[in-house]
Parts: sequence; structure tokens; C-alpha cells
Amino acid sequence: MVENLRETRQGEVLFTDYTRGESVKKALSMERQDVLFEIKDSKLKGRGGAGFPTSTKWMLTAAAKSEEKYVVCNADEGEPGTFKDRVLLWEYPDLVFDGMIIAGYVIGAKEGILYLRGEYEYMLPSLEAYLEELRKDNLLGENICGKEGFNYDIRIHLGHGAYVCGEETALIESLEGHRGEARNRPPFPVTTGFNKKPTVVNNVETLAAVTRIVEKGGEWYKTHGTDKSTGSKLLSVSGDCEKPGVYELPWGTTISELLEKVGAKNTKAVQVGGASGVCLNKAQFDRTLGYEDVGTGGSVIIFDESRDMLKVLKNFMEFFVEESCGQCIPCRVGNTKLLEGVEMIEKGEFTFGYINKLKDLGKSMQVSSKCGLGQSSPNSFLTILENFKDEILNYANGGRNGK
Amino acid sequence: MLVAEKNALTEEIEQLVEKYGKDRSALLEILHEIQKKHRSIPDFAQQEVARLLEIHPVEVYSVISFYTFLNTEPKGRNLVRICQTISCDMKNKQAVVNAVERELGVKIGETTRDRKFTVEYTNCMGLCDQGPAMAVNERVYMKLTPEKAVEILNEVK
Ligand SMILES: Cc1cc2nc3c(=O)[nH]c(=O)nc-3n(C[C@H](O)[C@H](O)[C@H](O)COP(=O)(O)O)c2cc1C
Ligand code: SF4
Ligand code: FES
Repeated sequence: MVENLRETRQGEVLFTDYTRGESVKKALSMERQDVLFEIKDSKLKGRGGAGFPTSTKWMLTAAAKSEEKYVVCNADEGEPGTFKDRVLLWEYPDLVFDGMIIAGYVIGAKEGILYLRGEYEYMLPSLEAYLEELRKDNLLGENICGKEGFNYDIRIHLGHGAYVCGEETALIESLEGHRGEARNRPPFPVTTGFNKKPTVVNNVETLAAVTRIVEKGGEWYKTHGTDKSTGSKLLSVSGDCEKPGVYELPWGTTISELLEKVGAKNTKAVQVGGASGVCLNKAQFDRTLGYEDVGTGGSVIIFDESRDMLKVLKNFMEFFVEESCGQCIPCRVGNTKLLEGVEMIEKGEFTFGYINKLKDLGKSMQVSSKCGLGQSSPNSFLTILENFKDEILNYANGGRNGK
Repeated sequence: MLVAEKNALTEEIEQLVEKYGKDRSALLEILHEIQKKHRSIPDFAQQEVARLLEIHPVEVYSVISFYTFLNTEPKGRNLVRICQTISCDMKNKQAVVNAVERELGVKIGETTRDRKFTVEYTNCMGLCDQGPAMAVNERVYMKLTPEKAVEILNEVK
């Protein structure tokens, strides 16, 4: 089974000591407005990839007029190379669930839902047991911790193996018992979410950060990271390195610093942000992780000199062809065409003219796809062809220099 | 399907509807339970779910067809899923696949003749730092070698 390394983890914001319920009690002793203010002050942005300011999202939901509101914790974690939410749920359920309770208090919800990806079903018994403990401690239930009128509970909903359900509107469709097909936005979930009610959807890590911000204050949070990217980021590191795993690092860390830390040698390429992210070459290793430069949901995959980047790209494109929900044409057909293009390069049966057309297709997909899956799926194609041009073009001439 | 089997299935689904409610949002939970117990959701079960939730059977089928973990065709009693995504691929998942295929005498996507195993590929399971990774039903296994993978399967009943 999966290990629990909480005792040995090191970090400045999330991987630290915390006693369950502390932040909830503190939040409940404050006015909702003041909790929101702390979060606003912290400049926390969503950790699920899109980087939307958390306080704005919560303010909109709090302001929406409705008897029923929902908090959804997005634990669908399906981006290739991402496993930090697994670590948070397994080792730090206190941070995550406390964050969900605080969110419920601030927006005025009665129910929180953890959308847990089907692949994490093995965690279900321990998470359910944990929720039971929270109920016993009156951190869930009625008049929570003596706060008159604050009634709130959390349930877990299992996913069924569809990457696109991580997209917030597809996730809501799935919660409602439908196919996980993304909706048009607007309207956004903050006003029209689960059961058409105002809903906050946040990533596991975002909610965990909220717990620490409420405990220590927004000012404290801002002392970590950079001006525009405050706080820390959990990075899921895999691939060619000595010490793969989850690392908590302040935003603003450079790629080279990260490579050094994880014991990566002879690194040729780093894929940041998973299959839907970008692939960087050596010349770009001085770039920094953060919303102002290389933003990411936290997936970092490392490739050393022995790797064949066309094979890597093929693996990514196969992923998107399988996971596209098929609702809109740019994504459904586009990804198939890009994969075909990769196979043509592999066989050496392509023209430069055609590859250029495919690049244009990729750019159109970025603007014309209905949801983030199709909008970001060409990223690897475009950056690998651009940043590893020499290696890839050698295929055309029958050589495999880069290999 | 025998009448007795049908009746038993109807009863089971009625209980699930009792537990999760008649609301449309209960559909996936109900389907999940049926899938887990029977390893597939047969036509008759789809019709019964539709009848009890008062939706069209096509709605039920459409939802099943969308999700990888739900299926209408019976599979083996144990579902083996091997991660095919990049980080596991780099840790030589192919060697594990070869060994499993050889040992069970089936190819990826197939079911053994005794219906004990169905072997499939799956996409990233969130164990990329522990690859190659594999799941047998709900359990996950990590840092596999071909030998270890086969040993694990030998222990499955
Ligand atoms: C295809 C796709 C998959 C996504 N998967 C996830 C996911 O697994 N977890 C997540 O938190 N956000 C995921 N997102 C982003 C969500 O739509 C949403 O922006 C996020 O949950 C908001 O939470 P945050 O503001 O806390 O980041 C995904 C987006 C897309 C387009
Ligand atoms: S972009 Fe892809 S995943 Fe998103 S709605 Fe269109 S087809 Fe579906
Ligand atoms: S790549 Fe195999 S578990 Fe993520």
C-alpha cells in the first residue's frame, strides 16, 4: 500500500505541524468577511492549474443569493505526472477537510462534496473514517463547535475514470449523474453550479492552503514565494531523477534548482504541467516556476539524454485522444490529427508543409475548443516540436540523433 | 437471464435506490455498486435502474458508455489495470506487461479463459513516483518488476 511519510516531509506552508480543527475554530470566531479578507490578503490563487484568485471565487459565491450552496473539493487529479493531491488526502486530511469546512462557513453552504477520482478508491475507507472522527468532534454536523446555525457535512463522491471530469463543469455534470461533458461558461459554477446552485470548486491543495492562511494570516503567507505567486507549491516530480516524489517549494524556484534538489542528472527536457503543460529544453532551465513565468498545477516530469522526445509526445497525444470527451470538433478531431502527425514523423513520411499546418491546427484548438482539455492539449505538441526541433527533424532524414 | 436471477437483480437495485434515493444524481452511485458486485452492468440492470429512477434506458446506457470504469460487457472476476502513461512507461512498464501477458496467456484487453482476469491499460493513476504501477480491482501496487507483478496475480483468488 501507499506509504505515509508525513513525519519526514519538509515544507514551509503545508508540510508542517498542524492540529486538526485549530483553523476551523479560529475562523468560526471571526466574521465571514474577515476570513475572506485574510484570504484576499494572502493573494492565494487556485492550485488546480488555472490560477484563479480564491478570494474572488469565494466572494462571488458568498454574495450569490440562494438557500442552497455547495463546496466541492476537486480531487480528480488525473493530469499525467500529478500525485500531490494523493499525498495531501492520504497524509494531511486535516488540512484539506478543515479547508472545506472553512469554505462552507464563508460562503454559507450546508454541504461539501469531495470528488475523489475512481483510481483513489483505496483511500475511501480511511477518508470515511476520518469524516466520522470529525463528526464526533463536532467539526462536522450541527452548530459546529458551538457556532449557532452553522450546520455542515461532507460526503465523498467517487469518480469513474474520466480525466475530463477534473474540469469543474464536467465534474458538476458528473456529480449530477450525467456524462462528464463540460458545460459552456458562463454561467460559472459560482452562480450556477451543482444542481444549478452557487458552488465553489477548489483544488485539494488550494483548500489545504486556506487552512494555513486562516491559522497564520495572509501577511505570513505572503512571506513565502514571490510577489505575484505567493506561498508554496507542491510539485509532483517523476521521471529520470534519483528522488522522485512530492516536494513543497516556494514559488519562484528555478527549474535548475529543482533538478538539483531531486537528483536529476544529464537532463535533456522537463515537462512542466503534465501532458497539457509545456516541455522545456536545457536553454530554458533558468526559468522560474510561478504564475508570472512557468505556471503549473504541479506535475514535473524529467527526461534525461537517453529519452526519445517523439515517443514522449506520442504518449501524450495518445492520452488526449483517449480522454477527449468528443463533444466538440477541434478537440475530438484535432487531437487525432496531431497524433497521426506524430506517427507520420515516426515513420519519416511527412512533409514540412504538413507539419506546419498541424502547428496551425494546434493553435486553432487552443482558441476554439470548448473546454480546457482541448485548449491545452496541443501545448506539448507545439513545445516539443519547437524546443526539440533538431532531434525531431532528424527523424525526417532517417537519423535519430537525439536518442 | 433466468427469472430468479432477474428477480434477485431487481430486488438488489430496489435496495440501492432506497439507499441512494431516486434523484438523478444518485445514478452514478447506483451504477458503481452494480458494477462493483457484478463486474459489469447488464442490459436488464440498465432497464431496471431506468425504470426506478424514471429516466429513459438510453440515458443509463449513455452514462455507462462515457466512463471507463463502467461497462456493459462482462469482464473477468478481477480487473488488472496497468498504467501506460509516460512516467510508468519510462520505468519500463513494457516488461511488466510482457510478463503478465505471457503468464496469463492473454493480450492487453483480453479476458482469461477461466474468466479470472481481464487485463487492461489505464492512464496515469497518480503513482508516477512509484512506477511502474498497476491496480487489481481497487488495490494498487507499485514499483513493480515483472516477477513481482506475476507474484501478485498468483495470490489473487
Ligand atoms: C481537462 C481538465 C482537467 C482538470 N483536472 C483538474 C483536477 O484534477 N483537479 C483540479 O483541482 N482541477 C482540475 N482542473 C481545473 C478545474 O477546472 C478548476 O479550475 C479547479 O478545480 C479550480 O480549483 P482552484 O481554483 O482551487 O485551482 C482541470 C481542468 C481541465 C480543463
Ligand atoms: S475540448 Fe475536448 S474535452 Fe473539452 S468539451 Fe471539447 S471535446 Fe470535450
Ligand atoms: S504515469 Fe503511471 S501512475 Fe502516473
